[in-house]
Amino acid sequence: MPDLIEQLYASIGQNPHEIRDDESIARIEVHKNEVLGVHLVPGLEVDAEETEDGLDAAITVTRGTRIEKPVQVCFGMMPERGLQKIVLDIRIEDEASAAIIAHCTFPFAREITHTMDAEIRVGHGAEYAYFERHVHGPEGGVRIVPKTRVTVEQGGRFSTEFELIKGRVGTIDLELEATCKAHSVMDVKARIGGAGDDRINLNEIGRLIGEGARGALTSHIAVRDAARAEVLNTLTASAPFARGHVDCKEIVQDQAVAKAVPVVEVNHPKAHVTHEAAIGSVDTKQLETLMSRGLDEDAAAALIIQGMLS
Amino acid sequence: MGVLDVEGVFLTKNGVPILNGLSLEVWEGHVHAVVGPNGAGKSTAASVIMGLAGYRDFEGDVLLGGESIKDLSVTERGRRGLTLAWQEPARFEGLSVSDFIGATLDAENREVIRESLDMVGLEPDDYIDRAVDKSLSGGERKRIELASILAMNPRVVVMDEPDSGIDVAALEHIFDNLDTLKERNTTVLLITHSPTVLRRAEHAFLMCCGRVVDKGSVDRIAPYFEQQCIPCDHKNRPEKDAAGT
Ligand SMILES: Nc1ncnc2c1ncn2[C@@H]1O[C@H](COP(=O)(O)OP(=O)(O)OP(=O)(O)O)[C@@H](O)[C@H]1O
Ligand SMILES: [Mg+2]
Repeated sequence: MPDLIEQLYASIGQNPHEIRDDESIARIEVHKNEVLGVHLVPGLEVDAEETEDGLDAAITVTRGTRIEKPVQVCFGMMPERGLQKIVLDIRIEDEASAAIIAHCTFPFAREITHTMDAEIRVGHGAEYAYFERHVHGPEGGVRIVPKTRVTVEQGGRFSTEFELIKGRVGTIDLELEATCKAHSVMDVKARIGGAGDDRINLNEIGRLIGEGARGALTSHIAVRDAARAEVLNTLTASAPFARGHVDCKEIVQDQAVAKAVPVVEVNHPKAHVTHEAAIGSVDTKQLETLMSRGLDEDAAAALIIQGMLS
Repeated sequence: MGVLDVEGVFLTKNGVPILNGLSLEVWEGHVHAVVGPNGAGKSTAASVIMGLAGYRDFEGDVLLGGESIKDLSVTERGRRGLTLAWQEPARFEGLSVSDFIGATLDAENREVIRESLDMVGLEPDDYIDRAVDKSLSGGERKRIELASILAMNPRVVVMDEPDSGIDVAALEHIFDNLDTLKERNTTVLLITHSPTVLRRAEHAFLMCCGRVVDKGSVDRIAPYFEQQCIPCDHKNRPEKDAAGT
C-alpha cells in the first residue's frame, strides 16, 4: 500500500485495511491532484480526471441501484502548503440510493486552499446522503471553499452534513444552494467549532418549490478566542404544503463573535416555514448543573459544546 | 451543628425580599424536608445553598461541615460533596445520557452509569445513548437527574421537588432511592409541597415568606402543613398578618 494512503488514513484515525480489504466498500482516495486509489461497486461509475491543481470527477449511481455500504472518499494533502481544487458532478439517477462518507484531511496545513465545486442531482425517488468530515491541523492555515448546487427531483431525498470540529478551521466560506421539487426532502446540517482567529462563513439557500417539499437548514457552531462566525440561512417555500425549518445555534466564548441571519420566505398560503436562532454564551443552568456534580467550569463548557456539536 | 447549616439568610431580588432570615440545620445522614406554599422561597434557598449565579449576594451564611462555603464556587461545593437536583432540570442538546451521568466518573467506573439508571427505574439499554435534550419527557429527565446524583454519590443533596412530573409508579423508585441514599449515609434535604413526599422525611422545616416558621418531627409538622398551610390564604404575603403561621 502506498505510503501516502497510509498517511491519509492515519490522519483521519482510520485503519486503511478495514476499508480497503472489504470488496463490498467502494472508495476513492485522492491526494492533492493524484488519484491514489479507486474501487467501485456495481452501479457506481466514476470518471475522474486529474487536473493541474486537483480533480475533476463525475460520479454516477445508475438508475435503480442501491449501494448498501457508504462510499468512502478521502481528499487530502499532507504538505504544509498548496492548492487542491475538486470539481464534482454527482448524479444519483432515478430510484437509486447511495451514501458517501468523505474525509478531507489537511493535518499539517500552514497555507492550504481547498475548494470544492459540486453539482448534485438527486433523481426521482432517489436517495443521497453525504457526510463530510474535516480533519485540520492545529495551525489553522487552511482555507476551505465548498460550493454546492443541488437539485432534488420529485420524491427524492437529500441530506448533507458538514463537520469541522477536529483541529482549527482556518477560514471556511461555505455556500450551498438546494432546490427541492414536489414531495422531496432535504436536510442540511453543519457543525463547526472555531478558535484562534478562525473565520466561519456559511451561506445556505434552500428553495422548496414543489408541493409537499420539506427542508431543514441546521447550523450548530461554537466559537472561542477571537474566532468569528457568520451564518446566513435562507429558506423559501413557494408551493402548497411545503414545510421548512431553519435552526441556528451558536455558542460564543471569550472575544469571539457570532452572527446569524435567518431569512424565511413563504409565498404560498399553504406553505409553512419556522426558524429558531440561539446565540449566546454557554447556558448558565447547564453549566451550573455540571458544576454542581464537581466539574470545573471549563470542563463543563467543553462537554456542553461537544454535545451541541455532536 | 449540622452537616449543612443555613444561618440567618436575607436575600432580595430586584428590591423584593425573598429570604427573610432563613435558618436551617440539617443533620448528617438524615432525610429532611422543607415544606411551604408556592413562592415561599424554597427554590431560592436551594439556589443559595448551591451558590448559583444571582444567589451569591446575601446577608447571612451557609456552612458545610461547619465551614463557611459562602465564597466557594459551585464546582468547589460539588467537589465537597454538596449537590442539587433541580426542580426543572436543564436540557442539553446532543449530550448523551451516559456522558451526562458519567461526567465526573473515572473510566473504570462506567458501570455505575448503568446501575444508576437501573436504580431510577429506567432500562439502561433504552436510555444510555439517548440525549439529555427535549426528546426526554419531563419525568424521564427528572429521573436522569437523580441517576446522575446517585452516580456522584454526594455527601449532601438538595432535591427540589423530586416528585414533580413523576407518575405514581416512578415515585416508588424515587422513594426507594431515598432509602438507598440514607443507607449510604447521604444527607438529603427534600424540597416539596407534597404531603406524600413530606411523609418520607424524618424532620421538617415549615417555610413561609422566606423564613422557617416551624420545625420538628415530620409527625408533628405534616398534619399542621396539611390542615393549616395548604388551605391558608395568606400565601406568602407578609402584608397580611403573618401571626397565624
Ligand atoms: N428575580 C426575582 N425578582 C423578583 N421576585 C423573584 C425573583 N425570583 C424569585 N422571585 C420570587 O421569590 C419568591 C420565591 O420563589 P421560589 O422559586 O423560591 O419559591 P418556591 O418556594 O420554590 O415556590 P414553588 O413551590 O412554586 O416552587 C416567589 O414569589 C418569586 O416570585
Ligand atoms: Mg420551587
